[in-house]
Amino acid sequence: MKIGVVSFPGSNCDEDAYLAAVEHLGCEAVMLWHKAHDLEGSDVIILPGGFSYGDYLRSGAIARFSPIMQEVVAHAKRGAPVIGICNGFQIACEAGLLPGALMRNASLQFRSMPVTIRVERTDTPFTVLCRTGDLLTMPIAHGDGRFTVDAPTLERIEGEGLVVFRYVDADGVTSEAANPNGSLDNIAGVTNAARNVVGLMPHPERALEPLLGSDDGSILFRSLLATVAA
Amino acid sequence: MPRFRIAIHIVPRQGLLDPQGKAVTDALHTLGFAAVHDVHVGRHLVIEADAADRAAAEQSARTMCEKLLANPITEDFSVASVSAA
Repeated sequence: MKIGVVSFPGSNCDEDAYLAAVEHLGCEAVMLWHKAHDLEGSDVIILPGGFSYGDYLRSGAIARFSPIMQEVVAHAKRGAPVIGICNGFQIACEAGLLPGALMRNASLQFRSMPVTIRVERTDTPFTVLCRTGDLLTMPIAHGDGRFTVDAPTLERIEGEGLVVFRYVDADGVTSEAANPNGSLDNIAGVTNAARNVVGLMPHPERALEPLLGSDDGSILFRSLLATVAA
Repeated sequence: MPRFRIAIHIVPRQGLLDPQGKAVTDALHTLGFAAVHDVHVGRHLVIEADAADRAAAEQSARTMCEKLLANPITEDFSVASVSAA
């Protein structure tokens, strides 16, 4: 399995994602510059966290038009696994790969803290090794993380089971207190109808070592390896 | 082709939580502007562009909003004015 990590100007979690692929999973990986037109044979694409293009206009709005994104969108349409983490989630939404949009946190505060998320779906390439209801602790670090959709779309994504992760308390219960940004229905991550694209605001690539507070992010990457190798 | 100056307003969609607008409303209340009951914080863009005429300039600006400048899920836009530049 070869993992491609896209670097936009302003990406700051691309190295972390690259190391997750190479050191944690032991996979081949390649950094893909935003101006490139070639995924260099990558099977899987990671859109990493950061502040691409300074978040000018809206988070992810300009990155979406990078040359590499045309290739990433085509790759996703072919059914290949793509994960958007934090800013990568925002970019995937702007590119139309995922439903919804990420708005300014309801608190207006930039939130940098560990959160607990509950796994809602195990039928994505990034969650196959999880069990429904598993609780994972990972850091968040964002100012624009409030997942928003219109009411009919919310009904559709809940009805079709496209919500992959929700913010919960330590007991696994959704609550306002456990929701760090005011996301609708405590939504922390979603997938597309084909379930090959996943986006989430928390950072699994920063939760791979107990020394750093949590290794709960590991199961997302190991799920990917299990899916693609299978 | 003549050049036009196009002003565009983009605001959070009606009905969506607008925490910035709420914070500004609260601050205005603190200052004694008790009559204020709602504020929406958005963006104002001024674009200079060549177009065949005023209508074409406005149509072009609308397309720009739909494709890039406004998010169709979370924002409403309006072309506030089109004037000769």
